[in-house]
Amino acid sequence: MTADQTSQSTSEVELLSFRLAEEEYSVDIMSVREIRGWTRATPLPHAPAHVRGVINLRGTVLPVVDLSVRLGMPPVEGDVRNVIIVVQVGTQTAGLLVDAVSDILALPRSELQTPPELAADTAHSFIEALTIVEGRMIRVLDLTAVLPDDTAEAA
Amino acid sequence: MATDPMAEIRASFFVECEELLESLQDALGEMDEGQHDNETINVVFRAVHSIKGGAGAFGLDALVSFAHRYETVLDELRSGRLAITPDAMKLFFHAADLLHDHVRAARDAGPVPDGAEECLHDLEALIGDRAGPAPEEEITDFQPMGLSFDFGDMDDGMSASEPPAWQIRFTPTAALYASGNEPLHLLRALQALGTAQVTCDLDGLPDLDALRPEDAALGWTILLTGDLTEAEIREVFDFVEDVSRLDINQTAADTPAKDFSMNFDQGLKNPLPPFEAPLAIAADPAEVSGPEAAATTPTTAPSPAVPQAAIPPSAPKEPATPTEASATVRVDLDRIDRLVNLVGELVINQAMLAQSVAEAGLPPNSAVMTGLEAFMMLTRDIQDSVMMIRAQPVKPLFQRMARIVREASGAVGKEVRLRTEGDATEVDKTVIERLADPLTHMIRNAVDHGLETPDKRRDAGKSPEGVITLSAQHRSGRVVIEVSDDGAGINRPKVREIAITKGLIAADAVLSDSDIDNLLFLPGFSTANQVSALSGRGVGMDVVRSAIQSLGGRITIHSEPGKGTRFSISLPLTLAVLDGMVVNVAGETLVVPLSSILETATLSEGDIRALGPETNVIHVRGAFVPLYDLGAELGYRRPKSSYDGGIVLLTALENGARSALVVDAIMEQRQVVIKGLQRSYGHIPGVAAATILGDGQIALILDPADLVQNASGRTRAADLALAG
Repeated sequence: MTADQTSQSTSEVELLSFRLAEEEYSVDIMSVREIRGWTRATPLPHAPAHVRGVINLRGTVLPVVDLSVRLGMPPVEGDVRNVIIVVQVGTQTAGLLVDAVSDILALPRSELQTPPELAADTAHSFIEALTIVEGRMIRVLDLTAVLPDDTAEAA
Repeated sequence: MATDPMAEIRASFFVECEELLESLQDALGEMDEGQHDNETINVVFRAVHSIKGGAGAFGLDALVSFAHRYETVLDELRSGRLAITPDAMKLFFHAADLLHDHVRAARDAGPVPDGAEECLHDLEALIGDRAGPAPEEEITDFQPMGLSFDFGDMDDGMSASEPPAWQIRFTPTAALYASGNEPLHLLRALQALGTAQVTCDLDGLPDLDALRPEDAALGWTILLTGDLTEAEIREVFDFVEDVSRLDINQTAADTPAKDFSMNFDQGLKNPLPPFEAPLAIAADPAEVSGPEAAATTPTTAPSPAVPQAAIPPSAPKEPATPTEASATVRVDLDRIDRLVNLVGELVINQAMLAQSVAEAGLPPNSAVMTGLEAFMMLTRDIQDSVMMIRAQPVKPLFQRMARIVREASGAVGKEVRLRTEGDATEVDKTVIERLADPLTHMIRNAVDHGLETPDKRRDAGKSPEGVITLSAQHRSGRVVIEVSDDGAGINRPKVREIAITKGLIAADAVLSDSDIDNLLFLPGFSTANQVSALSGRGVGMDVVRSAIQSLGGRITIHSEPGKGTRFSISLPLTLAVLDGMVVNVAGETLVVPLSSILETATLSEGDIRALGPETNVIHVRGAFVPLYDLGAELGYRRPKSSYDGGIVLLTALENGARSALVVDAIMEQRQVVIKGLQRSYGHIPGVAAATILGDGQIALILDPADLVQNASGRTRAADLALAG
C-alpha cells in the first residue's frame, strides 16, 4: 500500500513487466521484493486452485500464487524457465508464478488508462490499468486483488 | 533503546514489584493455611514495605499512600497486637490484590483502582484508632535521612489542616549542566513564587581528590510556602525535568526548620547516604549499564531507611535481598527470541549438512560422519537449553487465578477455596501468557456454574466451602493443565434441553454423555439461567477452546454428576520445535508429531473391516479404530481401493480416542523447527504448521486431532463402493 502511495506522488511510474501465456502483464516495481527461479512448491491441502503451495524463502514460508490460474487461464507448466516474483502488499508477502520476466518500463503516470468494464472476463477485476508500450498492450495488476486473502481463502 | 537511566531503573523497579507481589501472595497463602510464624508475617510486611520504599523514590504518590496504610496495619499484625482471623485474611488478600492494581496503575500511568479507600478503611477498622498516630511518628523518623523516596509518606493527608507548604527536592544530573542550565536561576524563580527556604544537600559531594568537575554532586531542598499548586511549581522546572530528579511534596508548614537542620546533620553523619546510588547512575550511565546493577539499586536504597522506620527487629534481614538477586540475570526477551530463531536455523542447517554428507556417499565410520553425529548431539543440547530459558513456572499464572477465585466467589456469594498443584511446572513463556485469558474464563465458570451455593452443598452432604483445583503436570511431552471443581457436575438433561431450544442440535438427536458435555464448547451456548455479572454472556467455552487450539492445545471435559467437573487442557511444551516422524504420502513429505503416534503397523487383508460403503475400520488389540487415508483426506489423491500391505500410524488423542492414518512410507524420525503458516497463509484444516527439511523443501506438520475432526473418513474409492 505504501509503495503505491509513494509512486503515485511522483509523475513517473516504474513497472516490472512479465509474460503469462503470450500476454504481457506488469506490477508496480515498488511492490516487488525479489525475483526467484522456479522451485517446486509444497502443495497445501484444501487450498484454492490458484494457490500453488508454499516455498522456502530463506527460512520463511512463502505462499505462491499461480497467476495464470488466478486470471482464469490454464496453470503455468512449472519448469526451469518459469520464475517466481516475490511481492509485498502491506504486511503480506507472496510469490507470483509467471512464465518469464521481460522488462522494466518507466513511463509517465498519465499514460496509464483505466480498463473498460467488461463483465464477462474474470481477469478484469485484477487489472488496475492498461497502457501501450511500443505497440504492445500491457496490463497493470492490482496486487491486493490477486493475493490470497488469508481470512477468506483459508476457511 | 532509551538511554535514560531513570527509565531503566524505573522499569526494573516494576519488575522487582512483580517479584515482591508474588512473594506477598505466597506468604499470605501460607498464613491462610495456618502458618502464623513471625517469618511468614515478616515476608508479607517486607514485601509491602519494599514496594512503598521504591515507589517513594519515583514519586508514585498514590502507590506510596496505599502501601503505607497497608503496611501500618500489617505492622500491628507483626507486633502481635492484631489477631489473624479468616475475615482479616480476606482483607489482607483483597488489599494485596489492590496493591497489585496500584503497581499496575503506576507503571502504565493508568487510573487509580476503585475500591482502594473502602478496603483501607476496613483494614484500618481492624486495628481501631491505633492507626492514627503511628504514621506521623514515622514521618519525623524518615525525613532526617534526606531520603527522597520516603517523602511520599507526607502525602497521606495526615496534616491536611495545616497551612499549605511545598517541599521540593531538586537534584540536577550532569546532563543539566552539560545542556547549559543554571540551578541558581531556577531557585530564584522559585523565590519569586513565594517564601522559599533553600537548603543545599552536600550528601553526594565526594572528597576533593575524587571530585570530577563534570559530575553533578549537589542537590537542593526548597521549602516553599505560598498559595501554589504543584503544577505551578513544576512549570519552573519544565525544561530541566528530564535532566534532574525532582520530588515535590506537600508538607506541613510548621515543622520545616527542625527537620532541615536534622536533615543536614544526619546527612553528614551518614558517610554513605543511599541517595548516592541514583546520582552515580545519572552521572555515569556506562558504569552501571548492566541489568543487575540497575536492578539492585531500588532494593538497596530503601534498606538503610528501615532501622529508622521503627522496625528494629527485622532490620538485619533486610539486606539479604540484593544477594538473592545475583543468582539470576534479567535478559531482554527479544534477545532470547533471537537466540531461539538462530537455533532454529542451526537445526535446519544441520539437517541440510547431514543430507549432503549422505549424498556424498561417505563411509559410515569416516571422520566426517562421526563429527556430524557429535554436531547433531550438540545441536540438540543447545536447543534444549535454549528452550529451557524460555520455560517458566506456571506459578505466577496460578497466583493470578487465586485472585480471580477470590473476586468471583465474592461476587456470587459462594465460599470457594482454590487448591493448586504442580505450580513449579515449567511451560514456554508464550504459552503461559496466552493461557491467562482462557484460564480466567474457566475459573470464573467453575465458580459461577460449577460449584453449588453453600446451602445446596450442605443439602448434598458436602462441606459448604467449594474446592477448585488447578493443577499442572508434564505428561508424555505435553503439559496438562486441569481445572476441576467438586460441584454438581454438568446437568446433562438441562444442557441437552438448552441445546435443543437454541437449535444447536435436533430434538431427537442421540447423544452420548461426552457428546452432551462437548455441547458446552459450541458457540452461543450458556447454561446459567440468568446472565450473571460474572459469566454467562454466551461467549464462553467456544472462545476458550479456540484460544487453546491456537496454542496447539486441546481441551476436554470430564464430568460426574454430584462429584464435579474437570477440564483438561493439553498443550505442547514449546512452540518452536517438535519431534516428528517424517512420512511420505502420495509423493508429498509430511511430518506427524511423534507425541501423537502410539505405534506404526503394516496392514494385512484380515485387519481391515468395512464399516460403511466408503469407510473402514481396523481391528487392533481388541479395539476397532477408524481408518483414515491421509492422501485422500489432504486431497492429494483419491482413496485407494485396497490398503493391503499399507502402513498405518496409530495416533491417540487426548480424550483417549484412537485413529489409524494410512501413509505410503515412513522416512525417518527427526526434530523439526516449527514455522507458522497462520501469518503467511492462514489456518489449514488438519495442518498445524510447516517446517523446512534438509533439502530446503517445505513439509507440512499434521495436527492429527484436527485432521480427524474434519475428516470425511472415506477410505474406499466411491466407484468401488458398490461392491462393499
